Amino acid sequence: MKLIIGFLGLCLTSLVSNAQLKLPAGFKAVTVLSDFGSVRHIAVAPNGVVFIHLGRLKDGKGIYRLQDTNGDGKPDKIFAFGDFPGTGMAIRDGYLYASSDEEVFRYKLDADANVVNPGHPERIVTGLLARGEHQPKAITLDYSGNLYVNIGAYSNACQIDDRQKGSPGRMPCPILDSAGGIWQFRADVPNQTYGNDHDHRYATGLRNVVGLDWNRQTNSLFVMQHGRDQLSYLYPQYWNDKQSAELPAECMYELHKGSDCGYPYIFYDQFQHKQVLGPEYGGDGKKEPSEHYQDPILAFPGHLAPDGLLFYTGDQFPAKYKNGAFIAFHGSWNRAPEPQEGFYVVFAPFENGKPTGKWEIFADNFAGGPDKMSPSKAEHRPCGLAQGPDGSIYVTDDNRNGGVWKISYHK
Amino acid sequence: MKYLLLSFALAFGFMSLTSKPAAPAQSGIKASITRGKQVYLQQCLACHQVDASGVPNMNPPLIKTKQVLGDKTALIKIVLNGLKGVDIDGDSYNGVMAPHPDLTDREIADVLTYVRNSFGNKASAVTAAQVKVVRAAN
Repeated sequence: MKLIIGFLGLCLTSLVSNAQLKLPAGFKAVTVLSDFGSVRHIAVAPNGVVFIHLGRLKDGKGIYRLQDTNGDGKPDKIFAFGDFPGTGMAIRDGYLYASSDEEVFRYKLDADANVVNPGHPERIVTGLLARGEHQPKAITLDYSGNLYVNIGAYSNACQIDDRQKGSPGRMPCPILDSAGGIWQFRADVPNQTYGNDHDHRYATGLRNVVGLDWNRQTNSLFVMQHGRDQLSYLYPQYWNDKQSAELPAECMYELHKGSDCGYPYIFYDQFQHKQVLGPEYGGDGKKEPSEHYQDPILAFPGHLAPDGLLFYTGDQFPAKYKNGAFIAFHGSWNRAPEPQEGFYVVFAPFENGKPTGKWEIFADNFAGGPDKMSPSKAEHRPCGLAQGPDGSIYVTDDNRNGGVWKISYHK
Repeated sequence: MKYLLLSFALAFGFMSLTSKPAAPAQSGIKASITRGKQVYLQQCLACHQVDASGVPNMNPPLIKTKQVLGDKTALIKIVLNGLKGVDIDGDSYNGVMAPHPDLTDREIADVLTYVRNSFGNKASAVTAAQVKVVRAAN
């Protein structure tokens, strides 16, 4: 009996502390930054210095370097630079990479992760399309000198008239020429852009990707796609609001050069376990496409908006987390009038480079309660993920007054 | 000549509509709000949300904004022509709103009257006649 009471006590403690987050037993969250700004993606240097990119400038700057010199978990040395807001933030081989909505820059870091020349970054990629819809350019790098950039489709489903009832899909979809996929650039060559003959296009048929990460175990790129919106609004004859809240799946893909995941012609129905033809291209929710595209390796419920992906390579967390994927789900808006969902970080275990399929919610309650599960009411919306040198992970919040948490495991 | 007569007749029709006494117009607003709610549920809610609070960075809120409470002509045009990219109180919204020319004058008047008198908003009604004029000049 005592044991049960003790266990309940432990559970309660983990519910009320942790800076409002609900975490599995043994995990603890501390607030690194709060009420700071719209923190999009995050990168941590080998010495533990944290870099964050803001979706809107704060005091005229878009990138903040955070250093905790006295070990209390809070940054006491903060340095702001970069006059562009944006999403992408990554560190590789002594450089910090940062993206605006049209370009990718890099800053040389010294051995202490100081920014060598904060006023003069090297421009690595330029001239990328940003047409309002899905314009953030999320980035990651491999370990062979390549940079991967998401260029989101500036459309919901490539209709002639975007999001308009009855407007058919364009065939072939011209957006795919310069968006709706992942582009690959050299990490150290200045001023690259689209080029000819899709020579930089790595993968296509992806509507929009914000969470992406290089998996060191499989040595391949993994991405989380934001699936299409508004099935029941545009096609009430095929889907009701309840179905439309869950469909299509938010998909994880393992990409290789030349991957085609089928957007906008198909979407993945996680209940029928198959690709179905998009309604703008003659689909009715059951018809399959004549051409088969790459299948996802994991399918999550619809509209949760995966904005961060991180493969865990640390040793701090229990063994089951090693090489598994953390996914930050920003939270849905396109489930209305059904209740919204998301606003949590999920863990998807992997074995031998493949997901087991048994994903679970890892960090919950970013919204701050069931009555706040909506994009405008949520207190926090998880966005970026990164791993620190000690094996802790960081989660960002891109609400206007967002911040950063650090989640650690203590036996 | 026929058209001239017709436009006179139409103009007269408008005048007689707008010069009706206030009391029936009041009950007219109530009926308009009731009908407008149904239009909102079908056409607007998916993006602007159940409580009209919108989606940060994407779909604008419809609560006490100058677009909702202000110039009716501009507001009617948003429904007729759609909208992409708008700044409200320093926040930018990038969501794409499709045009809704398929809605009738009555439906547009009703839904705008509903929105202007719900979610904490309080503003005068939009009439079908006003929508008709804006649509004709659009």
